[in-house]
Amino acid sequence: MFPTPIEKRSRGAQITYQTLVPLALIMWLLPLIAVALFSVRPLADFTNGNYWGVPSSFEFFTNYGKVFLESDMPRYMWNSILITVPTVVGAVALSCMTGFALGIYRFRGNLIIFFMFIAGNFVPFQILMVPVRDLTVSAGLYDTKLGLVLFHIAFQTGFCTLFMRNFIRALPYELIEAARVEGVAEWRIFWYVVLPLMKPAIAALAVLIFTFIWNDYFWAIVLTQGPDAQPVTAGITSFNSQFVAQYHLMSAGSIVAALPPVAMFFLMQRHFIAGLTLGAVK
Amino acid sequence: MTNAHDTSWVRRNRMTLTPLMFLLPGVLFFLVYVISPILQSFNISLYEWDGLGEATYIGLGNYQELMSDRAFETSLWNNLKWLALYLLAIPAGLFIALFLNQTITGMRLYKSLFFFPFVLSQVVVGLVFSWFYLPREGLLNAVLSFLGMDAINVLGDPTMATYGIIAAGLWPQTAYCMILYLTGLNAVDPEQIEAGRLDGAKGWRMLWHVILPQLKPATFIAFVVTIIGALRSFDLISIMTNGGPFGSTRVLSFYMFEKALSEYGFRMGYGSAIAVVLFLIMLVFIGYFLWSMYQDEKAARR
Repeated sequence: MFPTPIEKRSRGAQITYQTLVPLALIMWLLPLIAVALFSVRPLADFTNGNYWGVPSSFEFFTNYGKVFLESDMPRYMWNSILITVPTVVGAVALSCMTGFALGIYRFRGNLIIFFMFIAGNFVPFQILMVPVRDLTVSAGLYDTKLGLVLFHIAFQTGFCTLFMRNFIRALPYELIEAARVEGVAEWRIFWYVVLPLMKPAIAALAVLIFTFIWNDYFWAIVLTQGPDAQPVTAGITSFNSQFVAQYHLMSAGSIVAALPPVAMFFLMQRHFIAGLTLGAVK
Repeated sequence: MTNAHDTSWVRRNRMTLTPLMFLLPGVLFFLVYVISPILQSFNISLYEWDGLGEATYIGLGNYQELMSDRAFETSLWNNLKWLALYLLAIPAGLFIALFLNQTITGMRLYKSLFFFPFVLSQVVVGLVFSWFYLPREGLLNAVLSFLGMDAINVLGDPTMATYGIIAAGLWPQTAYCMILYLTGLNAVDPEQIEAGRLDGAKGWRMLWHVILPQLKPATFIAFVVTIIGALRSFDLISIMTNGGPFGSTRVLSFYMFEKALSEYGFRMGYGSAIAVVLFLIMLVFIGYFLWSMYQDEKAARR
């Protein structure tokens, strides 16, 4: 292991290390801690200029209650869910299929199609913006959740295909050959042999895509407007203009908006990191 | 399993038909929403078009206009700053990973807490940092005045604003690089470390000659995601300064949006021309990434 395990160092070094780590963590998360502290303060503290002293009262329930009861926040959150979940399902389903085709079969153009997916996944959003917006408007899907979902599925298929194809490549090929010798139909090989082995990849991709899509802002402001279809990342700007300069409410609002992917990450940590670091180890 | 259609056309060609059928929906979606829009954008960039009325063909007119556009020049420079400074996330991530690669109690939790800024949306990161920088209410100035220094207005100062935003962007990006390196460090071959120790390698020499070569795949991915992330920067700028003050924090992606789709006018053609420039810059990197992946593929051919 590198660096040298701390257990092999002197007692002094160990104690220093054990105090340094939490200190470093506090420094690292300082901007976030500040927001969390703001979100439980009463309005009076801000008008009195008491930003960092002891809060004059603890207003967790009042502030967060206001976010949920006196703003469009719940609607935006619900929109985000209705955009994110179908996208995850769609992109994972499509890429299971493309990954299977590109990972198992050898045919002319295999690598070209694969590289098309990878390259497309890296392009700047702006080169797609005008045509995708036109397409969405002319399909009558502007300012609808469906319009966003369809685009997200298509775009995420690029990254998901890269992921799935490499994962399937690493599966033992003998399994598929054995199934073929038995005379199992190809689609049954997909369904009964490969798909069950892909469960960890599906879990990893699902949490990753959930986070990516939940956090999308650019496409939300390009393809939607207003609380009917806008997800929470875009909605939070209207929320903030509703509560201008009321930092306690704006802080509470952004914490609420950030919570679902954070919760997802802490619940599915192993899958999340496995997905994110795929390829970091050969 | 016996099949009555053993000799049917479908069965004979199943090794071609199956991948075709499996690819069809994904490829179709991707062509419609990603590949064809790229080509269309190239085409639109040759027109003067407000997005609604008739488009007028003007050849390379938009590109000529770009050459003398000061805002475009600023954006391009800022993109370079983003690229150069964003890469700091890689050594910073490596540093934190080395710092945290221990097994004291609670280490798992520490690692996830260090990582979790990456999970926040850029919108929230942008808000968090713009409050952090606030001249009066912000924690940054509270700390500075505690240390006896003058208060600064990071986002209100055209010379500082871009750096302030890049710093905000580095926060989640460093976390990402950290997790890549932590995973890489986990897989470093202990025998090679032992061999290095026997040869008297320690500290820096060990890191440079033994550890880093083994972290190469992690470094490659860190490069890819950091460069793409730097050139994609949009959300933070839109949230933190909206391009200001005096347009000093614009980058190409943001300027394109401003030209094509904001209150400053609906110049789709001009916006597309900016997008094409950004795309061509990115294409250099994409080409390089694809080339190195292709080398890996060739090596791994079975």
